[in-house]
Amino acid sequence: MAFQLPTWMALGPTLALALTGLLLLVFDSITPSSTDRGLLAGTATLGSLVAVGLSAWYLLAGTGSEPIVLYGDALVVDTMSLFFTFVFASVTALVSVASFDYLRDHSYQAEYYALVTLAATGMTLMASANSLAVVFVSLELSSLPSFALVAILKRNRGSVEAGLKYFLIGALSSAILAYGISLVYGVTGSLLLPEIASSVGGTDLTGVLGLGVLMMLGGFAYKTSVVPFHFWAPEAYEGAPAPISAFLSSASKAAGFAVAFRVFVVAFPIQQLVTGAATGVDWVLAAQILAVVTMTLGNFAAATQDTVKRMLAYSSVGHAGYVLIGLAALSGGNNAFVLAGGMSHLLVYGFMNTGAFLFIALTEYWSVGRRFEDFNGLASQAPFACTVMTLFLFNLAGLPVGGGFMSKYFLFGAAVGAGFWWLAAVGAINSALSLYYYSRVVKAMWIEDASGEFDIESKPAGLYAALAAAAVVTVLLLPGFGPVWQYATEAAEAIVA
Amino acid sequence: MWIEALIAVTLVSAFAVVLAPNKVAGKLAFALSLLPLVGSLWMYSTYEASGNALLEGSELAFETNAEWVTAGPYALNWHVGLDGISMPLVALTTVLTSLALLASWTPIDERQSQFYGLMLFLEASLLGVFSALDFFVWFVFWEMVLVPMYVLIGVWGGPRRKYAAIKMFVYTNIASLVMFIGFIALVFGLGDSVTSLDMPAIAQALRAGELGGLGPVSAGTLKVAAFVAMFAGFAVKVPVVPFHTWLPDAHVEAPTPVSIMLAGVLLKMGTYALLRFNFTMLPNVAQNNAPIIALFAVVSVIYGAMLALAQSDLKRIVAYSSVSSMGYVILGLVAYTLYGMGGATFQMVAHGLISGLMFMSVGVIYNTTHTRMVSDMSGLASKMPFTVAVFVAGAFGYMGLPLMAGFAAELFIFLGSFGAFAGSVWFTAAAMFGIVVVAGYLLFAMQRTLFGPFELETDYEVGPAAFHDVAPLVVLILLVILLGVEPSIFYTMIQDAVNPLVPPVGGGA
Repeated sequence: MAFQLPTWMALGPTLALALTGLLLLVFDSITPSSTDRGLLAGTATLGSLVAVGLSAWYLLAGTGSEPIVLYGDALVVDTMSLFFTFVFASVTALVSVASFDYLRDHSYQAEYYALVTLAATGMTLMASANSLAVVFVSLELSSLPSFALVAILKRNRGSVEAGLKYFLIGALSSAILAYGISLVYGVTGSLLLPEIASSVGGTDLTGVLGLGVLMMLGGFAYKTSVVPFHFWAPEAYEGAPAPISAFLSSASKAAGFAVAFRVFVVAFPIQQLVTGAATGVDWVLAAQILAVVTMTLGNFAAATQDTVKRMLAYSSVGHAGYVLIGLAALSGGNNAFVLAGGMSHLLVYGFMNTGAFLFIALTEYWSVGRRFEDFNGLASQAPFACTVMTLFLFNLAGLPVGGGFMSKYFLFGAAVGAGFWWLAAVGAINSALSLYYYSRVVKAMWIEDASGEFDIESKPAGLYAALAAAAVVTVLLLPGFGPVWQYATEAAEAIVA
Repeated sequence: MWIEALIAVTLVSAFAVVLAPNKVAGKLAFALSLLPLVGSLWMYSTYEASGNALLEGSELAFETNAEWVTAGPYALNWHVGLDGISMPLVALTTVLTSLALLASWTPIDERQSQFYGLMLFLEASLLGVFSALDFFVWFVFWEMVLVPMYVLIGVWGGPRRKYAAIKMFVYTNIASLVMFIGFIALVFGLGDSVTSLDMPAIAQALRAGELGGLGPVSAGTLKVAAFVAMFAGFAVKVPVVPFHTWLPDAHVEAPTPVSIMLAGVLLKMGTYALLRFNFTMLPNVAQNNAPIIALFAVVSVIYGAMLALAQSDLKRIVAYSSVSSMGYVILGLVAYTLYGMGGATFQMVAHGLISGLMFMSVGVIYNTTHTRMVSDMSGLASKMPFTVAVFVAGAFGYMGLPLMAGFAAELFIFLGSFGAFAGSVWFTAAAMFGIVVVAGYLLFAMQRTLFGPFELETDYEVGPAAFHDVAPLVVLILLVILLGVEPSIFYTMIQDAVNPLVPPVGGGA
């Protein structure tokens, strides 16, 4: 090629998001009380769309097929980080568009968008982290704005309480993660993931290393709302403004998995730690237990909820359990496939789950109630919104109306191929169970007669646009799953090898 | 490309109808449904193929096989094609959908555009089920059928529609899952000998005995377990006693056009899948356990007929009789003879037409009288002679009167199953007795409702039905008679596709 971009441009998507966040902050300091929603939401959307475009371009051009290492090996840009950056940036774009209407009468508009884009910046760095220090810093960069975002409706008790809970558990988990990192550093003498990998095999300090690995697993479990670190999730998702719930449950969760995948696969190679039995630090077993417990608990809790948003929150815990299969089925000799299964599920989930939460944002905008009964007969007033919501819900349940079925199929299939048929069986049973509570919403919207007193007078363009975009992508991912799977496999192969 | 065009046209029509205003939705949907109807009839007339789609040495009609997602053993292909088993079912689907749409004009009086859109969406899914040859594609369509069905029953159904819709959805979805696990276990058991979910490839590998064990499970156990899982999954759809309890509820609550689709085409998905998966891929297991499967079949025949005898709701009578008729199909399949399997496939088409006819005429009677209770009606023949005449003709078809489609189908099945396996004589004899019960309850019901002095407790005016209500009945009765007089219209095609499945006389495959 005649023209070669400078190496630092590999971080283009991250830079685009960071610059957008800073630009919004500058704007805010010039006109602190601006409520020019169009400009603010537009800037955030544009910035994240640039990031989407850059990451897609890099993926297509094969930029990450040879890992690009930056800043003293602290950051790495490969197919995997670009793949996840694409997910985060897409969700950020959807959330920014949808927030345009949602933030109609709220204060702190500029801060809101700045925080969203800064959190997204942190997430993209998480996907690129090649050093435990960067892991910690980027995790905090994505978490701190999230705490503020959850509590941004400061006159709403639920929002503030949720923010506080999220913050307290987040602080605790950060402490656990930091301590885990320090223990691993103590044993291996390095913070760089590949260097850790080369020295874990020969260590005598198995106990300390094991403790460190488990504590790090705990830290990531918090970010991905995996049981038993999930307690904040339903509270935070319920109390937060619905676009932020979408953002946290889709993008933030994916970021947690991205960093967990990379740290565990690269720094603690299963061949040495588990199958080779050099140390006996069997983190795969821990992931298996977590996966089964998370799936089951999340789904059962979701089935017993009274409000739709809380049901979605718990179902999101359940989905964390499915994705965890990606880690739990490693060492079965099918590693690239299972990891790719987890990653492609996260990508599809990014669209279908964001869509579902944005629908909740729409109902909050209309002041429809929160309980299942409050959705009764909604379809007769808003058929389009209810159709796409039905689509998201059936997708989340794994019915073949969109990409949700494909990714689950590949995920479970890969687990079976790795010999973990029981993990896939638990996942499949949970999927079947999930259809029960998802279809409760469908039933309320379409089949029940309207009982609530709601009057839908306006159809917010921003929310509708975001919903339509998410729905189109979700459906197109059924026939268009090929490229997703291809890049997910490349991404997985990049770190497994 | 014809199959793709057929499905695409139907899907696009579905969207067009959803967007159309309620007033014209019914007429538009019917007009648009003529496109796939004419398309499938054209395909039928130019059909040129031989052999069974899943077995070697076959020549498929309208086949497409294109790569979709490549991922080692999880690869997916877009593979569709028709053989002599699926072609008649595709034709049946398009015919019945058009007629069912016509029969919807009177009873459907709210949210028409959504109703008709969903009906066309249902048709597209069904066409996919009968033409897909990649398991994944097939499963996508198989599950897609549930979504419109759930809403169609849940929104436009009778008083207990919510219960019926959810029961149908939960039952059949769990069944699909059980089946899915069974089939996927087989695929993994095959290991490296298959590289995709292509149904022909899997069927041929399984028949060639390339199945290995899976973990601690030996190949033999895996085969039987997978057979049981798939059988259980499909048996719910058929439905086979004791998995049938969702069906009467769904039928009674569903609006007439949905009942027509349910009995006419959806139940055939179950027997079609049994034929494609259980009986084609694992013939040895089926043959070794033939008496057990035949027992399920015969119990369905007799018990279904007994239940029908005990009903007082006209629609329920017809609903339970489907259980009975589908039992014959299973009996024919398990016989593994040319007549048995061919007759079973023929019965799928015949029953699709006859049950559609019955549900339609019950619907017309209900539209006029607003009751379905046998005890409320008497002497309808004097008020609506034409509808009654068609109803009687349909009932005769159901009883298997010669020169009607039902007779040909049942005759083939009994000829094929008699002496086909150990104890088959007794099973066949018992199943034949089912015909007597069928005739019993149909004649009994007709005698009470249709004939005698006219008495009806209703505030509605009872008179002849509208032209668009009666026209589809006439088309169906003509088709039933046509197939009865000239079974070879479908039967030669069916035989050609079924023949490779049948083990040569004197030796077993």
